Amino acid sequence: MAVGKEIKTQIGSINNTQKITSAMEMVAASKMRKAQDQMASSRPYAEAIREVIGHIAQGDLEYQHPWMTEREVKRVGYIVISTDRGLCGGLNSNEFRMVLRDVQEWKEKGVDVSFAAIGSKAAAFFKRITKNILTQTSGLGDKPALNDLIGTVSVMLNAFDSGELDRVYLVYNKFVNTMTQQPVINQLLPLPKTETAKRAHAWDYLYEPDAKTLLDTLLRRFVESQVYQGSVENLASEQAARMVAMKAATDNAGQLIDELQLVYNKARQAAITQEISEIVSGAGAV
Amino acid sequence: MAVSTVRLDVVSAEERLFSGDVRSIQVTAEEGEMGILPKHTPLLTALKPGMIRLVTEAGEEELFYVAGGIMEVQPDVVTILSDTAVRGGELDEQAIEKSIKEAREAMTHSSPDMSYAEAAAELARAVAQLRVLQHLRKKKGK
Repeated sequence: MAVGKEIKTQIGSINNTQKITSAMEMVAASKMRKAQDQMASSRPYAEAIREVIGHIAQGDLEYQHPWMTEREVKRVGYIVISTDRGLCGGLNSNEFRMVLRDVQEWKEKGVDVSFAAIGSKAAAFFKRITKNILTQTSGLGDKPALNDLIGTVSVMLNAFDSGELDRVYLVYNKFVNTMTQQPVINQLLPLPKTETAKRAHAWDYLYEPDAKTLLDTLLRRFVESQVYQGSVENLASEQAARMVAMKAATDNAGQLIDELQLVYNKARQAAITQEISEIVSGAGAV
Repeated sequence: MAVSTVRLDVVSAEERLFSGDVRSIQVTAEEGEMGILPKHTPLLTALKPGMIRLVTEAGEEELFYVAGGIMEVQPDVVTILSDTAVRGGELDEQAIEKSIKEAREAMTHSSPDMSYAEAAAELARAVAQLRVLQHLRKKKGK
């Protein structure tokens, strides 16, 4: 009896998909935990260096670092951190949409925009819409290393130093919790000033060995640590988003199977009923 | 009167090693040993591989090893941003002595996997670690 053979095959294939999505969910859950640990362990450094930079921004230093002075904006750069793989819900598209909105505002003001893409999704997306990709890197894996990011960061920093860019932003998905990831755009260069808690009198540091080298190292460290922190947070966001997306997919597949099973059962029952009534009417005719 | 203290944060790229109030701090700065007491004038300095010695509010001494970094001093707060840092108690003497030996060897016979500069830097790191360890032992012996 070949009743509902198509439905049976369909149920089978949905079942297979469900197995895959639930496996991906579990993988993402365990990777998320690791990514969260990584995020937590690098956070103290990022916070401490931000505090130090905050102090420096308040002082009246003998050496004014070019990264600390605002200039007229003619061209801005975005460092966009995205994932390398898909199947993580609307994580990347939300982020890119936010960047595009921001870019639109700059364009209306007549400001040009360049991009640096970290992660293959950002590289693919921005390649489609613009030619101004200064640099790209992808394949960071589950443990982004600072070494892989330094190249990209340096390109943007050099562009800023040479006056090619007047402002640099960092875009990534901030990990709020497992259910929520928030795309954020942070200004990286020039270093945003905190206006709060201005000291009453002017002061300067004592420097050992000298102001220029120290500030150079410190600010470079700061930018690198911000980008690193961004990429680690983005990774945690990716795993969380994928976990949630795969959980939804698994649930949907289950629902679909239930519905199809019902259709299948009805079809089978109808066939049996029909057969019986055929036999009965056949017997009645004899 | 309570002892005057200054807040100190020691962080490395991997973790926060110390955060709390201390009476004094001693570090190896780029241009020599340096002691910091509360209400120090603002100071910014690079650190060499070496020892951080601090006296906590309770008067206890703690030792760390740092492989270089930056220290920022404010009158009420000191921040040490280190590249890598290790708590004194977590150093492994055998591993240190092995790396001293290897570095010395690499410095005398030019080896293909380690340049002279690298070897010298490695040696400085290892010797600094050893110093922390010896200090720690002297303290225990007292």
